[in-house]
Amino acid sequence: MAALDGMTIIALGLPFIAALVAPALVRRLGHNAAWVLALFPFFVFVRFLEFLPEVSAGSAITGGFQWVPSYNVSFSWFIDGLSLIFALLISGIGTLIVFYTGGYLKGHAQLGRFYSFIFLFMGAMLGLVISDSFLMLFVYWELTSITSFLLIGFDHGREASRRSALQALVVTGLGGLSLMAGLLVVWNITGVTQLSLLVNLGDEVRASPFYLMALILLLGGAFTKSAQFPFHFWLPNAMEAPTPVSAYLHSATMVKAGVYLVMRMNPAFGDTVAWETILPVFGGTTLIVGSLLAIRQTDLKLMLAYTTVSSLGLMVMMTGFGSEHAAAAGVLYLIAHSMFKGAFFMLAGNIDHEAGTRDITKLGGLRKLMPISFLAAMAAAFSMGGLPPFFGFLSKEEIYYGLWHADPWSIFMTVVAIVGNGLMFVVGFAIAIKPFLGREVKTPKHAHEAPLLMWIGPATLATGGLLAAVFSPIFHQYVSSPMVSAVSGEAEEVTISLVPHIGMPLLLSLVTIVFAVLVYLKVDSARSAIAATLTAIGWGPDKGFDQFVSGMVRLSRRVTKIAQPGQLDIYMTVTFAAVAVTLLAPMIIFDELPAMPAWPADAEIHELAVILIAFIGLGAVIAAKDRLTAIVSLGIQGFAVALIFMLFGAPDLSFTQFMVETLSVVILALVMTRLRLTLSDHRPTGQKIGDATVAIACGAGFMLYLLAVTEVPFRSYLSDFFIAYSKVIAHGANVVNVIIVDFRGTDTLGEIAVVMVTGLAILSLIRVRPGWKPGMLAENDPDAPTEEKK
Amino acid sequence: MEALFSVLVGALFAVSIYLFLSKHIIRVLMGVAILGNAVNLLIFTNGRLLREVPPVIAADEYTLQQAAANPLPQALILTAIVISFSFFAFLLVLGYRAFQELETDDTDEMRVAEPADEEAPPLGY
Amino acid sequence: MRTVIFRTVAPYLTSLMVLFSIFVLLRGHNEPGGGFIGGLIAASAFAIYGIACGVAPVRRAIYFHPMAISAFGLFMSSIAGMISLPLSVPFMTGNWMQLSFFGVDIDLSSVLIFDIGVYFVVVGAITSIALALEERDRD
Repeated sequence: MAALDGMTIIALGLPFIAALVAPALVRRLGHNAAWVLALFPFFVFVRFLEFLPEVSAGSAITGGFQWVPSYNVSFSWFIDGLSLIFALLISGIGTLIVFYTGGYLKGHAQLGRFYSFIFLFMGAMLGLVISDSFLMLFVYWELTSITSFLLIGFDHGREASRRSALQALVVTGLGGLSLMAGLLVVWNITGVTQLSLLVNLGDEVRASPFYLMALILLLGGAFTKSAQFPFHFWLPNAMEAPTPVSAYLHSATMVKAGVYLVMRMNPAFGDTVAWETILPVFGGTTLIVGSLLAIRQTDLKLMLAYTTVSSLGLMVMMTGFGSEHAAAAGVLYLIAHSMFKGAFFMLAGNIDHEAGTRDITKLGGLRKLMPISFLAAMAAAFSMGGLPPFFGFLSKEEIYYGLWHADPWSIFMTVVAIVGNGLMFVVGFAIAIKPFLGREVKTPKHAHEAPLLMWIGPATLATGGLLAAVFSPIFHQYVSSPMVSAVSGEAEEVTISLVPHIGMPLLLSLVTIVFAVLVYLKVDSARSAIAATLTAIGWGPDKGFDQFVSGMVRLSRRVTKIAQPGQLDIYMTVTFAAVAVTLLAPMIIFDELPAMPAWPADAEIHELAVILIAFIGLGAVIAAKDRLTAIVSLGIQGFAVALIFMLFGAPDLSFTQFMVETLSVVILALVMTRLRLTLSDHRPTGQKIGDATVAIACGAGFMLYLLAVTEVPFRSYLSDFFIAYSKVIAHGANVVNVIIVDFRGTDTLGEIAVVMVTGLAILSLIRVRPGWKPGMLAENDPDAPTEEKK
Repeated sequence: MEALFSVLVGALFAVSIYLFLSKHIIRVLMGVAILGNAVNLLIFTNGRLLREVPPVIAADEYTLQQAAANPLPQALILTAIVISFSFFAFLLVLGYRAFQELETDDTDEMRVAEPADEEAPPLGY
Repeated sequence: MRTVIFRTVAPYLTSLMVLFSIFVLLRGHNEPGGGFIGGLIAASAFAIYGIACGVAPVRRAIYFHPMAISAFGLFMSSIAGMISLPLSVPFMTGNWMQLSFFGVDIDLSSVLIFDIGVYFVVVGAITSIALALEERDRD
């Protein structure tokens, strides 16, 4: 393990520190706190940027410390190309989001809390992508789910928000459990708990009989997090969150955690039939379903959400496709997507913020009013549609490079990619063109350009997409190639550039564009056709979630009604029946019943008499019909026990028991004379017999247990210790008292504390009553002046 | 002798549990009082029995010179007696106050925490 | 219960029992007895006094609120445990000091202070319970 690197630790902790200080800063500076708060993620960004030369040279940065050494659990990080680019995206886009939030939620009463949640998420996500140990990965993974829950439910006054938050938590939380199970299986297979070691153990993993099990469990985590069909439904619902959250968590970073996991596992798990079937099939389905559903929407954010679903599907599909350029295509598309989708979401927020609506059919002609937003939207749409000179073009070319081969499976996947890409092209340009061009439409608010804080983010990201493509050789050297190498597990070079390269991929790009333009012209009829189909189906996983939740509520109510009927005697019967079974069953099953004891020949007549008295007292308690008999017979059995203690060498106990029995009888009499209670047993005979059976079974259990215990020889070394040292070191002749106040003094201290607390509890029970007035306290207070006069 | 005690302990348990299963708090309370004795005697017998000689060391000796009763269970029981008494008193007052407030001593009718006609939980979010 | 005989005898009986309880408490380390037993005896004494003469005279007689006595006892026991702190031995270690009065050796110890604390806790708590139940007539 490499040395502990203080700066990296600070960089990892900074977002959490920012989460702590954010509310106070916002209280002082209002929305301008954004300028200060953005320094935190920016510092992290710079810190990770410093690693870039080293990582692009092919080495990985490791560090950390032993967390729980006895279980070989470490807090360690492993920063290779994949982790580093993710960390840069998280901190870089995070900086822009911090700016954007300041503008978007300007004047919101809970802005400070919002910042706290955002920073918590940022810290969790950073930790997730650089984690080396499985445990750390899992902890951060769950932390991102929880912060996502908090952010989606930020506007918790609305039921839709609460539902979406809960839905996201349930789906990703279940996925988290699946991930943990998967990691445990991997641990079992390989014996390692670190990702950095796992990547070299691919052969071992693939040869294991548990390979498929581990794969499915891990993909369960990845697919829920990355909203793959059929778990895609939570992501569009998560759009209930404020737009900065949608831009940051639900497009640029968190939902990519699943893709990250898949990419991370590729060297160890990839290159098998299962991997290359499951991933493209689920990814491809998600791509098509997501883009079709996106066409159907008219809400800007929902359109973007569904295209995010389909983009995630495309990434998973490319990662799993397994051909030469496929992994590289997935990586390039991931980078491109983070930039253009983050920009798009912020722009959608701008439009919503400035024009007052997100419905695409109610928008138009904003170009003149919001020129910067329009330019940024066009840039994002070009990138999303895969047109030059933007980075999206490079990724799309690479996708077709990776997919196009002359076999049916490849051709089929190519068609899937063309349809998906085409539909996303349509949605991208719909968002970029429809609200901005055309006739000016009267919007709920009179629109004008968004403030600086709100356009700085999308403008930066859109420019970034352009620069990355134009300077692609440098970008590839430092960003794409290291990341691709980490995903594929061997050094690889990405060379794709804007320079025209005549060939099949370019042709496929043209086909995509032609297809997209055709759909774009018919988009309204396509929308209604899809809507009609969905209505005809009438059921989806989203509805299924509702049915699942209400089913759970009804089921738990039914279970509660059975387990907690609210009747004390049922609880008691169950408890004591369990006691009886616990005592008797092992003795009977393992044939350990005690031998029949002989009649104690040495029993003296007075001892027998006392025991007989105890029995009589017990019988009388049960049979008692009036209060006096009951109290007296209760006293009889108690005094008989006291006598037994006296006869068998325990004068201390005997004394105590006498006093306690006296006091018990006194207070029982005091209370009973005030309670006009019938003592007789109202139970019907059938219940009496049942109760008696349970009681006798318990009694017999204890009796047999005690017989069995006393049959074996007594080991007296504990008692011998006390007897031997009582006088010598504790200066006491009465061993019992010495044990209480000296050897077990701390124990006794606890016990007298209990006695005192019961005294307090009784006093308050008697004093506190509905009609209680402050003056009534004086009645019981000996120091009160009224008491003195009496 | 231990065998005889086992039977007595069994009887104490059986009676106290029979009273516990009743629906009337006053009978349950008497069961509590007896249960304390039952447990104490159980511990006492577990430490084996020895007649009449308390574990007290003579003035001129340093340890016990003749066989005496086992001091350890006695020490355990002594504090247990006092604590079970204070809990008995607490339960007694609790039962008494419950009777005053609810005007019933039937546990079936004491349904403040778990009412019989509890409404179904809301199905919303 | 408030017969004339009982009422006349009760104060003397109570004082005798309290005296006896202190005797039992102090001899507890070497003979049967101790804080728990002594405390119970004293508490019974106050309970008897309360039944015979009513609660108010008992409260006057013991002057402090019973729960205050109980709390004081707990405090005393804790202090007895902490005597070991300045002596750098673990909590609750017994510490001894021998005094000689007229040729009689008296062992003074933190354990004795602890036992007296136990006595006060038991007296206070149980007297409080008993008195609280007895005076319920007045509500």
